[in-house]
Amino acid sequence: MSELTYREAVRAALADELEADPRVVTFGEDIAAAGGAFKVTEGLLEQFGPRRVLDTPISEQAIIGTAIGASIKGLHPVVELMFADFAAVCFDQIANQLAKYRYMTGGQVDVPVTIRMANGASLGFGAQHSQTVESWFLNVTGLVLVAPSTPQDAYSLLRASIQSPDPVLVFEHKGLYNARGPVERIAPAEPLGRAAILRRGDDVTIVATQLMAARALAAADELAARGVEAEVIDLRTLAPMDVDTVLESLGRTRSLVVVQEGPLAGGWASTLVTRVVTAGALLAAPPAVVASQETPVPYATNLETAWLPSVERIVDAASRPAEVA
Amino acid sequence: MWEIRAFEEATQRLFTSGLVRGSTHLCQGQEAVVVGACGALRDGDSMLCTYRGHGAVLAMGAPADRAFAEIIGKAGGLCGGKGGSMHLTDASVGALGSFAIVGAHLPIALGTAFASTYLEDGAVTLCFFGDGAANIGAFHEALNMASIWKLPVIFVCENNLYGEYTAKHLTTPIDRIADRADAYSMAKHCIDGNDIAVVHGAVAAAAERGRAGQGPTLVEALTYRHKGHSRTDPGKYRPKEEVELWLGRDPIPRLAEQLRARGVDVDAVEAEARAAIAEALERATSWDDPPHDAMFEDVMA
Repeated sequence: MSELTYREAVRAALADELEADPRVVTFGEDIAAAGGAFKVTEGLLEQFGPRRVLDTPISEQAIIGTAIGASIKGLHPVVELMFADFAAVCFDQIANQLAKYRYMTGGQVDVPVTIRMANGASLGFGAQHSQTVESWFLNVTGLVLVAPSTPQDAYSLLRASIQSPDPVLVFEHKGLYNARGPVERIAPAEPLGRAAILRRGDDVTIVATQLMAARALAAADELAARGVEAEVIDLRTLAPMDVDTVLESLGRTRSLVVVQEGPLAGGWASTLVTRVVTAGALLAAPPAVVASQETPVPYATNLETAWLPSVERIVDAASRPAEVA
Repeated sequence: MWEIRAFEEATQRLFTSGLVRGSTHLCQGQEAVVVGACGALRDGDSMLCTYRGHGAVLAMGAPADRAFAEIIGKAGGLCGGKGGSMHLTDASVGALGSFAIVGAHLPIALGTAFASTYLEDGAVTLCFFGDGAANIGAFHEALNMASIWKLPVIFVCENNLYGEYTAKHLTTPIDRIADRADAYSMAKHCIDGNDIAVVHGAVAAAAERGRAGQGPTLVEALTYRHKGHSRTDPGKYRPKEEVELWLGRDPIPRLAEQLRARGVDVDAVEAEARAAIAEALERATSWDDPPHDAMFEDVMA
């Protein structure tokens, strides 16, 4: 067990998979010689050489397409989209090609592609470099969507993604790259698709991911000071979505708050609420969703701060149903 | 070539009789390109094509009965009835996909070629596309990266003069699509796509170049689509004289003439091909529809 940043944990996962499996290759814009825009892949070129760690032109469609083709022939390519927003440039490759290839061919071939991308707001990159885009893909069947919150999950979930026979999109929150935590560098023990319970509590269930998971924990501390014990669940993967873990928690708390970075419309939070409610969860109060404002991500510090769900808004939402109850 | 011609004529009849859902895109007139090009490959090579890909997939050796079954949505279809006319795939013969978003598979062809380089398996990837695809971004990204990485890909542009319903001269400011290779420092050939021997020769040379590590080639094969773009499109936007000119260049009578000169009984070849296709269709239509649960299979591994 060592203490690593989220960035170092991603790098360690890449290095350990490159080391363990000769089918693994990695490529993307600026990832080799320069070590990546966020320096996640620094040192991998030196360690594994230009045959396995490659720089590409600024050609997102070619990057994803190459990964798909290589995976059809049995490789396990890991590609980086420098910013998650650039997924829009190659949406066809991801949504129409990667996600559907296995199905349309009647399962003739697996497509074990992993796409890593720097997701999320909080660093002042403006509207085209700050979005949380995981919900764009929620409506595309055939993809695993991974959103790690801790250095350990950044490590373990990425390794599991690379080993997976299915296409996986890994959303790395760029606001978490410097977050530190203990990381055990061992092969992942559990399959993708399981939520993590970050904090136990019996009064209210707060579900969040990534940057918002940390804020949910901070909100839980404040709530505890008021005598409300919150259970905080980190979904970790949005597809498949671990609804069972949330339902089990709601069986005890009967109160749900979902915290989502990104606008409410069409987001994973709405999907979770729908799945929970239609599964028959008995809630003591209407479920609450704390989401970002319904605007593009603004640039100015005060505006971007106000755009992101705050600890105060989470505390507020978590207090209200308890009072109603 | 006779089998493909008969297959497409049968598919057209199936469509007009309502057995083919959605749309279908026929390749009568373009048979020499796919047969000549696929014939220049060897075992282990890959082929990717477009939604006008029935001929290419058959040319790789996919069974005609399973291809028909896919087009009419049967469980025994190449893709279990979940792909359809636009997505015929038979990985067992290297036909790694028919792609229905124009130009989208050119980047994917880079990947199979990249894997060949990485695995040092000596294989090449053949990638068919139409003249319309030469104007989409994925084409340019793919040619550029293929050249930078010296990937063993053979890009074969089936220039049939129409991108869907619009004449090429209205959408493309250069005469020869092959000239776009120059921008990517890539080898090129512009050939008569209705002469099977010429196609075979150009693609064989490109394959040799790829296997020798000399990178990709862009082959522009000049050909013509005898039918409209899709479904029941009669292609009325095409001048009558142009259609007549190209019907006169039909690759099948041209091949027949060459074969007769060598003493081949072409009538027998054609009769045999038509009989084989008729039998394949009969088998395919007798097969079951996919079971309901098949819908939920093959989404994930």
